[in-house]
Amino acid sequence: MMRALSGWRRLAVSRPLTMLGVIFLLTIVVFAAFSPWIAPYPPEQIDPVNRLLPPGGAHLLGTDHFGRDTFSRLVYGARLALLIGVGVVTFALASGVPIGILSALYPALGRVLMRMVDVLMSFPSLLLALGLIVILGQGVFNAILAIGLIYLTTTARIVYGVALRLRAEPYVEAARSAGAGTWWIITRHILPNMVSPLLVQASFVFAFAQLGAASLDFLGLGAPPEIPSWGNMLAESRIYITRASWLLLWPGLMIVLTAFSLNLVGDAIRDRMDPRFREMVRK
Amino acid sequence: MGRYFLKRTGAAIITLIAASIIIFGFIHLIPGDPVYVMLGDGATPEQVALLRDRLGLDEPLVVQYLIWVGNALQGDLGQSIFFETPVTQVIREGAETSILLATITMIWIVVIGVPIGILSAIRQGSWIDQGLSGLAMLMASVPTFWVGLYLILIFAAGLGWFPSSGYPSIFEEGGLSNLRYLLLPSIALAAPNAALILRLTRASMLDVAREDYVRTARAKGIRPYRVVLRHILRNALLAVVSAFGFTFAALISEAVVTETVFALPGIGRTVVQSIMRRDYPVIQGVILITVCLYLVINLLVDLSYRLLDPRVELE
Repeated sequence: MMRALSGWRRLAVSRPLTMLGVIFLLTIVVFAAFSPWIAPYPPEQIDPVNRLLPPGGAHLLGTDHFGRDTFSRLVYGARLALLIGVGVVTFALASGVPIGILSALYPALGRVLMRMVDVLMSFPSLLLALGLIVILGQGVFNAILAIGLIYLTTTARIVYGVALRLRAEPYVEAARSAGAGTWWIITRHILPNMVSPLLVQASFVFAFAQLGAASLDFLGLGAPPEIPSWGNMLAESRIYITRASWLLLWPGLMIVLTAFSLNLVGDAIRDRMDPRFREMVRK
Repeated sequence: MGRYFLKRTGAAIITLIAASIIIFGFIHLIPGDPVYVMLGDGATPEQVALLRDRLGLDEPLVVQYLIWVGNALQGDLGQSIFFETPVTQVIREGAETSILLATITMIWIVVIGVPIGILSAIRQGSWIDQGLSGLAMLMASVPTFWVGLYLILIFAAGLGWFPSSGYPSIFEEGGLSNLRYLLLPSIALAAPNAALILRLTRASMLDVAREDYVRTARAKGIRPYRVVLRHILRNALLAVVSAFGFTFAALISEAVVTETVFALPGIGRTVVQSIMRRDYPVIQGVILITVCLYLVINLLVDLSYRLLDPRVELE
């Protein structure tokens, strides 16, 4: 407990902005976990009399063109933001880590796998995602796959680079000459040393997944319109911006602050990690 | 030297062939009979037979692929289902907007990203550097369409300084003054990319500053600003300039969102509209062309890099 407290104090002194970012991210998690208790109205409750109300009064942040409460929709939007972030990070790590490690340990396999990664990387990221959406159809899960595919490639590249370096470490060679199997080397020597590069990559992927999902929502190809995501809120408010500019402000701020906070956290972890790997996870 | 060129070019060609197989497979991966999906439920059997024939869907897949590649090599990317014109023509119509938008955006990126990155690196660790690096990270965290909507709200709808949407060709009435239509979109598109170039410039400067020859130059007593200009900047900018190529290629695809916000008649908006219209040959054509563009730029950058810096070796 004391140690945790002193860690916070150190963070507050050395990186005050990062600490604010962590606090913001925790708020998002609380929003997502307790949305029904925090949101004053159900997110889809329509109120035709009170359409496009400015902030203040019974509706803290005003209402949209259906009279739905903006604050409540923002709170529920945190759920989708976390779902997209966790989903994309899980997909990118679950696919990119094995590809990267196996490619580093088995050079023959690596030539094939990393060439395939190169091929995927030659596609412009947004077009790759859009192409996948065309094949899979629109939906939250498919948006996660489409964005995850983009970050599969970058994750595999980074893991490959780190694993190649680790494989050449004397203690790995020693373990190998002492008769350690591949599985042992992966689980005992490679993965544990890869935790901080992966954490950095995960926070950056989480951040950029927010922007990617918002773009898909905005194009009408992401989460279905009935789901209160921040991107959908922006897309819907688009035609009302001259009459109700506050509708543009809040969902946009949520996206920016979430991505910014995650980038700050990723940067802070990177500055504390092994300098040899720092170059590799530079975005 | 010659061997490097051959190997690097060969690798690019292999990548392009693999990518073309994926792009070709795209139409076949769409669930359902692509012909019915494209024509809708009200299609007559004659229409279906005609389109099947036109797309060559009754041939074996390998034959279909070879025909498709053969046609593509001759500049024929098939027909747009919606416009009933060649795909190349649809793309050409959007090309002017997309290329001009990407060019103006590149100018912003260079003008903003490089000098600020240099300043940040020279003042490494100072509050200026921390502030600018923080600002860059913030810029990279902002969705381009959000910036675009605010630019419309303030400078188009509010102040009326710039048009809010559309773009008439510079070859039409208005001439070069039509470029004002691209000013707000280019700023929106430049914001996150300028941030990336800023970070790259700063990092590259700091890398070079650690080199032995920089230390030697300083030890010889050369004035600090001359060390920065002649020893660090020259070498650091090599990496930055090589990133311009990828950035330009990426802008063509990232502009999808910006072109939609500002209703610009570019390739990006064509892609989004083609998705809605199920006009798959157009999507296929655009992806093929952007992948080619990316690979060619990538190859040229690598080859010229090697010419300028012979230490570069193949991985």
